[in-house]
Amino acid sequence: MFLTLTPAELEAIYLTAALASITTVLLLIIGTPLAWWLSRRRGNVPAALEAIVAMPLILPPTVLGFYLLLLFTPDSALGRLWQQLTGSQLAFSFSALVIGSVIYSLPFVVQPLQTAFQRVPQGLLQAAATLGASPLDQFRSIVMPLTRRSFVIAASLSFAHTVGEFGVVLMIGGNIPGETQVLSIALYDSVESLRFDEAHRLAGGLMVFSMVLLFLIYRSDQQSTGRMRA
Amino acid sequence: MSNLGLTLFCEGDSGFALQLDCELSLTGITAIYGPSGSGKSTLLDCIAGLRQPSSDSVISMDGQIWQSSSVTVPTWERRIGYVFQDARLFPHLNVLQNLKYPLARRARPGEISLEQVAAWLELGELLSRATETLSAGQKQRVAIGRALLSSPQLLLLDEPLANLDHAARQQCLRCLQRLSDELHLPMLYVSHDIEEVSQLADQLVLLDAGKLVEHGSLLSLCTRLDTRLSHEEQAAAIVTAAVKGHDAHYGLTELTVDGHALFVNHLPHAPGQTRRVRIPARDVSVCRKRPQDSSILNILPVTVSEIENTDAARLLLRLSLGSQFLLARITRKSAVELKLQVGDLIYAQIKSAALLMESTDQT
Repeated sequence: MFLTLTPAELEAIYLTAALASITTVLLLIIGTPLAWWLSRRRGNVPAALEAIVAMPLILPPTVLGFYLLLLFTPDSALGRLWQQLTGSQLAFSFSALVIGSVIYSLPFVVQPLQTAFQRVPQGLLQAAATLGASPLDQFRSIVMPLTRRSFVIAASLSFAHTVGEFGVVLMIGGNIPGETQVLSIALYDSVESLRFDEAHRLAGGLMVFSMVLLFLIYRSDQQSTGRMRA
Repeated sequence: MSNLGLTLFCEGDSGFALQLDCELSLTGITAIYGPSGSGKSTLLDCIAGLRQPSSDSVISMDGQIWQSSSVTVPTWERRIGYVFQDARLFPHLNVLQNLKYPLARRARPGEISLEQVAAWLELGELLSRATETLSAGQKQRVAIGRALLSSPQLLLLDEPLANLDHAARQQCLRCLQRLSDELHLPMLYVSHDIEEVSQLADQLVLLDAGKLVEHGSLLSLCTRLDTRLSHEEQAAAIVTAAVKGHDAHYGLTELTVDGHALFVNHLPHAPGQTRRVRIPARDVSVCRKRPQDSSILNILPVTVSEIENTDAARLLLRLSLGSQFLLARITRKSAVELKLQVGDLIYAQIKSAALLMESTDQT
């Protein structure tokens, strides 16, 4: 009985997995060029951008959630625009969770990628250029294979961090089963209403999941140490 | 024959600004020689497009503009091959994959094949190896092969042998010589090692503090007393000699330089082949009469064609041997005692050890 999940719990798991997957894919698409740009630039503009990217690391998630909520309400320009385009409200929707998660997990993708990109020797890219490779080709044929491990780490961290998100979700998503009730919220809900059996299943499951994911990351880290040596 | 037009101004890393305005006719190997900080590598980087010269600079290769105030052809669209001092092989690819990297990107059908390049550069056994298992010399030969397979119009080499030990260096020199013989590919070869330059180069570009000092054929430049080359400590003349025959009994090879016999340590070349022989100025001494009981084998009749004081104690003689020239560095005291004058007929003694030379020259 203890290990059997209720339909509501299954829905929360499904929702969490969907949110984390969509967020991770979006973050890799946005974060890769951003990290590349930051890794090749020096100056005030990149430094300011780096600071903005890193903000979610130190801000309480509720601060971020509060401002995003103000931005998403139908009274704001963005909220209004969204409502006109899609016909539904942005705040307290799954889409709002995706946007919030992307911002909240941005540093977890950008920082490992940026560090890895900085370690790719400029000389290798110059050599590739003299062999006829355009910048996009250099990125695809030299940078990506050499930093593959960092992409895995960035994706795993982004996924795991989104799964573990609570404050931002609570502020902008509320607690709507099937729409915004992700695992961490469902857990909070169970504890609030003293359903400790359910809380144990969810909390224990998340612990095991995190443990397995981190173990896999660190094991792949051991296996591929020395790959970057040129 | 290719023409490289350069009107360049570019700030270097070491305080010098590269400032050139010249048209170089490139055939075979052109060495770019000069002390460190003279702008040699900066020049190659500008030609490759890896470094941006000032906006009024113009670089053209066989009439094709690579760089001007309105055009900057990016590196990947210039048909150059670049061999860096630190091979820069791609660590995630093995030797064969490194060699193939330019094939999909740049190669033109009908040009040199991978098999041909592997044979010239003695790479056959390395193809399946990971790059980190290669020695420095092997890496450099792979890097040269990879550059060749991008079908360049011009091959740039930036001190490719600087980090190699003697044996690896000789093997690379042999391979480069072979490429220069087999391919009609002009090469710009940066070096600050005069021995390397004299073994390889057909032409010489002398740079100093970012400016072009001399440009011309190596053989004529190295014995001209008005260039800096002849004043260096390791100054040497280079003469071309034909292999006449071998003396197996004494382990010597007899060469002919303008009709005069020259004995060197045994060379593996067939009679009739032409060799380049480097004769350092410090290994040549002179005397008025032909010595009779000398241990020195090579004594050649020469005419003093120029005398130049190099410092308080020593001077440099340019001696003509038929159509070619030797250099001799002797003390000023001996010159005065021998009463040497331009036009005097004297004898040059050359220590035979100085003639050992492994490189080949087919011209």
